[in-house]
Amino acid sequence: MHEASITESLLSLALEKATEAQAKKIISINLVVGELSGVVGDCVQFYFDAISRGTIADGAKLCFETKPTQIRCRKCQSVFTPADHEWSCPQCHETSVEIVTGRECYMESIEVE
Amino acid sequence: MAVKVITVGEKILGTNDAKAEENKKLLVRHGILTVNIMSSPGAGKTSLILSTIKRLSKKARIAVIEGDVASSVDADKVNALGIPVVQINTAGGCHLDAFMVEKGLHNLPLEKVDLLFIENVGNLICPNNYKLGEDIRLMIASMPEGDDKPYKYPAMFADTEVVVLNKTDLQPYIDFDEKAFRKVVIGLNPDVIIFPVSCKTGEGMPAWFDWLEAALKNKKNK
Repeated sequence: MHEASITESLLSLALEKATEAQAKKIISINLVVGELSGVVGDCVQFYFDAISRGTIADGAKLCFETKPTQIRCRKCQSVFTPADHEWSCPQCHETSVEIVTGRECYMESIEVE
Repeated sequence: MAVKVITVGEKILGTNDAKAEENKKLLVRHGILTVNIMSSPGAGKTSLILSTIKRLSKKARIAVIEGDVASSVDADKVNALGIPVVQINTAGGCHLDAFMVEKGLHNLPLEKVDLLFIENVGNLICPNNYKLGEDIRLMIASMPEGDDKPYKYPAMFADTEVVVLNKTDLQPYIDFDEKAFRKVVIGLNPDVIIFPVSCKTGEGMPAWFDWLEAALKNKKNK
């Protein structure tokens, strides 16, 4: 059900932007989602097709750019991809790290006509 | 007709964030300390709330917003203690959002509340993405869930101010490595405060009560 709520939000944002631009139809919506955002693209498209019927977004294609999880060592600033159960820095073995990418959940652009 | 690209560059949940800010302003105006409690199902959200009410209800006026997919089982338990409670059923939704909480706030006597607990829907993924207007994000991890949960739900552990590590009474029976758990949680979130407790036996609870009382005093003095 997470995707239903995300989809409602993204449809209303896309409709708002398209209406501001006096567009007649939304062709595609470009989204950036991180691996950690919990958003499953196929599910979102499924809901989107259902709830966009009768709007100018009907038939629009959702394009997802998925951002992998990357973390940064707070000590030496190295950026790395974490292993399943090892999040220490591969360079200096520091355990203090921060998530730099993987949490994105935004709309980059829409294509309209 | 020509295709045109419109740059948006906005968070998909931006309207939720804006509503959460409105909720926060309302709560700040009433001087209410608000705690958003998140965990997987069965980790002990309701138990922590009930224990805390029993301990602090003479010192602070407490209210609760209960979020559940269905039922009012938890709200009934809070209500039995004579505490104002609003039940929000999300009808299948896996998290509370700021709009649901706004409705909940309108049904509480805010002028008579010092401390508000919002019990989120049991889930370690999406509740983290929806700000509600809280001061404190608290997550409960319970020992039987395993010490590897921070690797699986890193965003949840990275964003929380408080981790209550519940069910310490089960430690002798399970392979939970508290040292390994602390290492990864503190690594992700150096400012986090961890309270190992057992809501069942009361072990470790005084440290949590003291911390919460201090946070309440701090809020009142602002």
